[in-house]
Amino acid sequence: MPLSPEQIDRLARLARVALSPQEREDARDKLNRVLGLIDQMRAVDTTGVEPMSHAVAEEAGGGQRLRADEVTEPDRREAFQAVAPAVEEGLYLVPKVIE
Amino acid sequence: MLGATLGELAAALARGETSSVELTQGCLDRIARWNGPLNAFITLDPERSLREAREADARRAAGRAGPLTGIPVAHKDIFCTRGMRTTCGSRMLGNFVSPYDAHVIERFAAAGCVLLGKTNMDEFAMGSSNENSHFGPVRNPWDTARVPGGSSGGSAAAVAARLAPAATGTDTGGSIRQPAAFTGICGLKPTYGTVSRYGMVAFASSLDQGGPMARSAEDLALLMNVMAGHDRRDSTSVERAPEDYASQLKAPLEGLRVGLPREYFAEGCAPDVLLRVREAIAWFESRGARLVELELPRSPLAVPVYYVLAPAEASSNLSRFDGVRYGHRASDYRDLADLYSRSRAEGFGAEVKRRILVGTYVLSHGYYDAYYLQAQKVRRLIARDFVAAFERCDVLMGPVAPSTAFPIGANADDPVQMYLNDIFTIPASLAGVPALSIPCGFDAAGLPVGLQLTGPHFAEARLLGLAHHYQQATDWHRRVPAHTPL
Repeated sequence: MPLSPEQIDRLARLARVALSPQEREDARDKLNRVLGLIDQMRAVDTTGVEPMSHAVAEEAGGGQRLRADEVTEPDRREAFQAVAPAVEEGLYLVPKVIE
Repeated sequence: MLGATLGELAAALARGETSSVELTQGCLDRIARWNGPLNAFITLDPERSLREAREADARRAAGRAGPLTGIPVAHKDIFCTRGMRTTCGSRMLGNFVSPYDAHVIERFAAAGCVLLGKTNMDEFAMGSSNENSHFGPVRNPWDTARVPGGSSGGSAAAVAARLAPAATGTDTGGSIRQPAAFTGICGLKPTYGTVSRYGMVAFASSLDQGGPMARSAEDLALLMNVMAGHDRRDSTSVERAPEDYASQLKAPLEGLRVGLPREYFAEGCAPDVLLRVREAIAWFESRGARLVELELPRSPLAVPVYYVLAPAEASSNLSRFDGVRYGHRASDYRDLADLYSRSRAEGFGAEVKRRILVGTYVLSHGYYDAYYLQAQKVRRLIARDFVAAFERCDVLMGPVAPSTAFPIGANADDPVQMYLNDIFTIPASLAGVPALSIPCGFDAAGLPVGLQLTGPHFAEARLLGLAHHYQQATDWHRRVPAHTPL
């Protein structure tokens, strides 16, 4: 079923992406084409098939490694905050969220 | 000299016939001449490149040179570099200078390679034509009215036009192999987990894999010897003993079983492409290979599955761009939610926004099982097709893409048409197996055609050996685009 303009608005809100009216129409047209494409895989019988969530080869352990819960990184706050749009005294600045 | 392969350049450096400074300056001169029309590079820093070249020459003079010390290498602008911006082709990261180097960048620096610059790409690696870059489209050196493929299109165009002897790329659904095919160069997507993703801007983490792009299979082997290796900072980096990727360049072809997936030779592929691919396969047959017709029955589902999984992972990965910690921040906003929405609206291009919306949709309440989980299940069926195929053959051969390079703008209005460019490359990405693209001739319009070789997990060295044999008998990989003569 094609997406309605209201559904596009909801997705844009969930994804935190503002869309202009033209962008919204364009996104609706193109998303509906993409959904038509991906609907092709919905009818496949996958009874009893385990979902494949990653592509690490079985012979390489087949899963993702865990590491010990230890501090391994040095504190580089200044370097990381140097690329932030707005910081003050080591804090990231955002608009007021509590009145 | 700049028409030579990496192996030849390395040998010339070792014999003292040239220097890293001379090679690097030669590349910079060609970049100055051709980057304007091609738009292959986003960022250059000639002073830094020449400083690294002098350091490489000093290292060689001190007797501490490795096999590739002094070779200039261009890096896709998805790999984080300290001291040089990393844009990922996006306005979102237009001024971003990473506080750390990607693992791949560290490895090339340790090998003594010179960082030649950062290459253009589709925004966040989402695209098959390089038309989605915030920094403008890259043009194909074989025909500048056509695309170079994507998303590693800048790397491909730079290597094809001899602006760089080698480059890095990344491949999520074909982003190394398809541009390699469109520009007549060689590109390898390694087994998932072989090259560390640390410092590689994430698109779809269960699929993203870095790899080399160069002029010959031997060059790719030399580059893999630098790039590949375990890295504890990437939880999907595989722990294996170091491998010499050039070890099977001379392995014999006799007894080789070449699988031909029926689905890769079906209608929808340009006749010239199929003709060139069949000629290349016939060459292998003439050297003792046995051809095995077989099926990858679920491969027609690979594109639909990919366009569920990749956007889902992308929508999650790209949620980090919030206008707060790094990246673009809107100047005008009402509150925090508006800051997020406007920063992302201004920072992301149209295709990236669409994929975020598709990903948000397939992950949202009520659709998760029908789309996301179902796609992961069909992905396993696709991977099983490869396991079954490799019980009957050693390598799969077929086309890389259903056409040669298309005109800029040709697929601009229909994303599905654009996505179908990756119909032959996505299956190996979903399965996580290695696949290689090498040039195998030209179509009637003089555009390069790529042959794809796909192997079982960790068969990179064998694939490169097969391609090397073919390149000893052919010279497609040595052809220089007429638009960018040496």
